[in-house]
Amino acid sequence: MKSAVVVFPASNCDRDAAVALEQMTGTKPHIVWHADSEVPDVDLIVLPGGFAYGDYLRCGAMASQSRVMRDVKAKAEKGVAVLGICNGFQVLTESHMLPGALIRNAGLKFVCRRVAMTVEETQNAFTRKYNHGQRVTMPVAHGEGNYFADEETLDRLEGEGRVVFRYVDGDNPNGAARNIAGILNEKRNVLGLMPHPERVCDPLLGGTDGRALFESLIEALT
Amino acid sequence: MITLQIVREHGLNDQEYARIKGLLDREPNLVELGVFSVMWSEHCSYKSTRAHLKTLPTKGPRVLQGPGENAGVVDIGDGDVVVFKMESHNHPSFIEPYQGAATGVGGIMRDVFTMGARPIAMVNSLRFGEPAHPKTRPLVDGVVRGIGGYGNCMGVPTVGGEVNFDRSYNGNILVNAMCVGLARADKIFLSAARGAGNPVVYVGSKTGRDGIHGATMASAEFNEDSEDKRPTVQVGDPFTEKLLLEACLELMATDAIVAIQDMGAAGLTSSSSEMADKGGAGIVIDLDKVPQRELNMTAYDMMLSESQERMLMVLKPGREAEAERIFKKWELDFAVIGTTTDTHRLTVADMPVGSLSDAAPMYKRPFIKRAPATGMPSFDASRPVMESLLKSLAAPDMCSKRWVWEQYDQSVMADTVQMPGGDAAVVRVHGTDKALAMTTDVTPRYCRADPYEGAKQAVAEAWRNLTAVGALPLAVTDCLNYGNPEKPEIMGEIVAGIEGIGEACRALDFPIVSGNCSLYNETQGEGIMPTPTIGGVGLLKSVNRMATIAFKREGDAIVLIGETKGHLGQSIYLREIEGREEGSAPPVDLTVEKKNGDFVRGLIESGRVDTVHDVSDGGVLIAVAEMAMAGNLGAVVAPGTIPFLFGEDQARYVLAAPDGERLVSDAKRAGLAATLLGSVGGDRIAVEGAGEVKIDGLRKAHEGWLPAYMSGEL
Repeated sequence: MKSAVVVFPASNCDRDAAVALEQMTGTKPHIVWHADSEVPDVDLIVLPGGFAYGDYLRCGAMASQSRVMRDVKAKAEKGVAVLGICNGFQVLTESHMLPGALIRNAGLKFVCRRVAMTVEETQNAFTRKYNHGQRVTMPVAHGEGNYFADEETLDRLEGEGRVVFRYVDGDNPNGAARNIAGILNEKRNVLGLMPHPERVCDPLLGGTDGRALFESLIEALT
Repeated sequence: MITLQIVREHGLNDQEYARIKGLLDREPNLVELGVFSVMWSEHCSYKSTRAHLKTLPTKGPRVLQGPGENAGVVDIGDGDVVVFKMESHNHPSFIEPYQGAATGVGGIMRDVFTMGARPIAMVNSLRFGEPAHPKTRPLVDGVVRGIGGYGNCMGVPTVGGEVNFDRSYNGNILVNAMCVGLARADKIFLSAARGAGNPVVYVGSKTGRDGIHGATMASAEFNEDSEDKRPTVQVGDPFTEKLLLEACLELMATDAIVAIQDMGAAGLTSSSSEMADKGGAGIVIDLDKVPQRELNMTAYDMMLSESQERMLMVLKPGREAEAERIFKKWELDFAVIGTTTDTHRLTVADMPVGSLSDAAPMYKRPFIKRAPATGMPSFDASRPVMESLLKSLAAPDMCSKRWVWEQYDQSVMADTVQMPGGDAAVVRVHGTDKALAMTTDVTPRYCRADPYEGAKQAVAEAWRNLTAVGALPLAVTDCLNYGNPEKPEIMGEIVAGIEGIGEACRALDFPIVSGNCSLYNETQGEGIMPTPTIGGVGLLKSVNRMATIAFKREGDAIVLIGETKGHLGQSIYLREIEGREEGSAPPVDLTVEKKNGDFVRGLIESGRVDTVHDVSDGGVLIAVAEMAMAGNLGAVVAPGTIPFLFGEDQARYVLAAPDGERLVSDAKRAGLAATLLGSVGGDRIAVEGAGEVKIDGLRKAHEGWLPAYMSGEL
């Protein structure tokens, strides 16, 4: 599996994503600068966590207008897998590659802690190595992760099996509608999620629940 | 025309002004006066403390750079070095908590990456006023959001620290931020601007009128008008700092840089004059070339602005284009604003550079060392132990600080192997098996009772916390927070504190490599408790041989290393349960401290023990309860008196391991005091003959106070 990590000026989980990808796939991903007009020919594009252009405006709003995102969009339409983690998820909703929006956490504070989720869908390239309904724990670290969409969109996401990760009841860190932590696009090749799977691929860091996500991608895209 | 009124407004006294005229051989103009005023401020010149700071141990076989540069540098083997420093941002944080704390974080990070290091962790030590004070809640909220807002955007994990409350901080909170970075030994960058004819380059944000006289403000007491000083607090922009970090590290990978210094307190003035002075060079600056954010800025504004996220560099001649390309890529301002000369003068205003730093006044201020508090306080022996345990765990100083650290990204960079809540945070050295442990410590109530023993204790506790995770303590950075040094009693606290720190650092092979002093922490004559914060860094050879505080196995024996006399003086128990703050501070026997610590570290390194907690605030029973909560496993503890269970004797550790009796006998053979304390198991803490309490109950007490307080329920 060939992969690329997009780097915006204030991305700060780009190295973490690259390290996890290299550990899991054995190959270093391409690092793509935000001002580049083209992403190399890869199977997976990762939009990492961070603050893109500072995010003083709505998170991901400026990044959605960046040069590199035009090509990310085009590649996604052709079927290339795109994984947006945290800030990457915000960029995906701002780019309308995923529906809905990520608004300020209900508690009005940045929150960094481990959260328990269930894997709700395994019929896709990102989660096929998890068991359906499996409980996993990953860290979140964000101030704007409160997933919001109108009822109709939410019903549609549920009906089409596009809610992939859901916070366990009582462990929703940000007030997200219907405990949604991660969703797919209609074609099921774009996943956005707030928690950080790349931070739980090493047992020393307190867990390995993120590994199956990368293993799924390797199996699906190799 | 400089009048005495203008001199006073610049925080200079008559003698100092006379000295300036002598050095220049004429009257200064306004720009020059402004430059002297900041450079000779207490904050920049250490004029009250320099003579005493010189007595501190700053050398060691691993120390590559001690105090005097932007940060200290310590060898950690394999060509790697750790670069670290702690700095206070107390005065600005009280006036404008969000921006004050945020720019404190930004400033200390710049100090570290200026040296060529990538910041890998932040730790911070925070002191607030009493919870009932109307300002405390908004200050806690603002400071914590500010630290998070800046550090989270930078993508550097905030991994630990301390938060305490006391009425002595009602008018002067303390925000001490420590940054730890990693570099290669052969890629360290210093600030000495050597050579003549080298381009002097300004990079980063544009200069505005913010923060003018911040350093002078930080060198005076507060009064009722202090809120008017809000314009002297700078505004932080972490996005620009992130760009600056990446651009600097990219340029540092080349060999284009001769010297580099961040523009912190006193901005362009201190960076240019310090660089020139250290390199024995001069600098000519053309202020028209300084990138400016506002119109009609004067030379005075530009020299004294403390706008954030700026750096001054001296490049090798001919390397400007290469450097400019990198800074343009990161969309940062880049301007050649001057050249180095061989005149040893700073020419904006024409003055000898040495006059600004070396010739700064150094005072031998009079001091009075007051007698330490003495005596063993009485206590009511009939009080129920378990109730006291719950009450102590819920006290503001003792309760869980989860509400704080959950607002900080603790795990970005994917190398944090011990998160907040343990004895020390542990961060892996990226791509290796090694790890760095870090902690900040001081117990101000001990320092108030006994400025000398209290300062010793702060060093000993930092050393112990590093040891308790299995790390070899390497070196120290410090923030010496005190009141007004012009008062002999306060100066006495400072002198005794520095003596105590020096003695402990010498005895524990724990040299000081960086730090700062924050004096004048007084409002309307009320000073803070002496608070010499100690930041310690230690090295773990292998992250696989590390201890944590969490109980791990049913049936493990619990062993107490170190002697317990039952010291209740100045203890948490006495304050929270008996409602009194009296008696002597617990004495620290540094020989015993070292012996006990080396023994415990040996057990961890050999793989015999993986569960260790140092005994500090609250004593043995609190330590056991914290271990139980962390591991979600209970314990049965042998009967003990109140002084035994809650006393705060030093140099002690609680261990849990399968072979308890052998551990005790090995410790005794090594000449240490050791006792079997009990065993791990069940879902509750039970003290034989004194009752029991479930872990859930402990947790409720421990976790409850801070969120309830911050939401306004208390």
